[in-house]
Amino acid sequence: MAEHEQGSGGSPVKAGFVAGWSAGSVSVFQLVLIGTYISIGALAHDLGFPIAWVVLSTLIVWAAPAQVIMISALAAGAPPFEVAIAVTLTGVRLLPMVVALLPILRTRASSFAGVLLAAHFTAVSMWMESLRLAPRRPVEERIAFANGIGTALIGGATIATVAGYYFARVLPEPLVAGLLFLTPMSFLVSVARASKMISDRIAAVAGLVLSPLLVVLGVGLDLMWTGLIGGTAAYLVRRAVRARA
Amino acid sequence: MTELWPYVLLVLVGFLPNEVWRWLGVVFARGLDETSEVLVWVRAVATAILTGVVAKIVVFAPGALAGVPLWVRLGAAGIGFAAFLIARQSVFAGVVSGTLALMAIDLLVGR
Repeated sequence: MAEHEQGSGGSPVKAGFVAGWSAGSVSVFQLVLIGTYISIGALAHDLGFPIAWVVLSTLIVWAAPAQVIMISALAAGAPPFEVAIAVTLTGVRLLPMVVALLPILRTRASSFAGVLLAAHFTAVSMWMESLRLAPRRPVEERIAFANGIGTALIGGATIATVAGYYFARVLPEPLVAGLLFLTPMSFLVSVARASKMISDRIAAVAGLVLSPLLVVLGVGLDLMWTGLIGGTAAYLVRRAVRARA
Repeated sequence: MTELWPYVLLVLVGFLPNEVWRWLGVVFARGLDETSEVLVWVRAVATAILTGVVAKIVVFAPGALAGVPLWVRLGAAGIGFAAFLIARQSVFAGVVSGTLALMAIDLLVGR
């Protein structure tokens, strides 16, 4: 395993990380993330969570929809088990994202810790930037490059979480409302952009319609049924279309 | 102990239920091809859940967003999506247009 000597031009891990950190620092996703996490910090402040708890949630959960749902559900007094179900449902998307990203990033020589960290940093922002930029880097630098992007993005989000928490009192309400709107808006267009297959597109539309409908109808586990019904129906449509072709 | 409980709760209901999918991704990345049928289905399910979350946050808005009328939230999402399409699928154009539209309409006529 250890026979792969690193190149003479310095460590590829260090070079990749620094390049990734620079790319992540100037990414347009920084703006969206900073706005989003200001709103999450302000939401958590208004609902009475401690600052250390909110900052830790940004660092270890690192998924805006999960955090918004978790914070508002816990504050509303939802049972922990129900909160965990809602969070895990919003996290399903991370599985196919990691499966798509890792083969591009890793080599046989990649350390498991580096791979695990890249998986942790996987979120729509880091994923889109890594898919776009990592293929241009030497392959032995890519895990570190993606982790550099992830570090820069999570760093900006963490600072924004703190800022949102402490400025919650002075931020005008229409501004906080606008920043809270960043999460659904950015996920709506990111999903549309990432949906290449007919099954993804049908599933996206089905999710928009089904979830509010199931909530209004009072069906429990609405997100789970939205995913299973909408996703499976969309998958079956794709199969039917392909069978005919 | 009581001060620790919120942090235990964060790990149990926030970290673990979310992170497990990233770990499963690491496991499956060795064997699964991105175009395998199982993954096509998983992605469809995940996509429906994600737009389901989008609809939930827009329709049953949390915190300060609840102060914005429903029709403004829906209209702004439509404006943002239209801008995304017009700007050749630019995520940034969609997000900025939708958010500015929400704040502008809310300030001008919503309240």
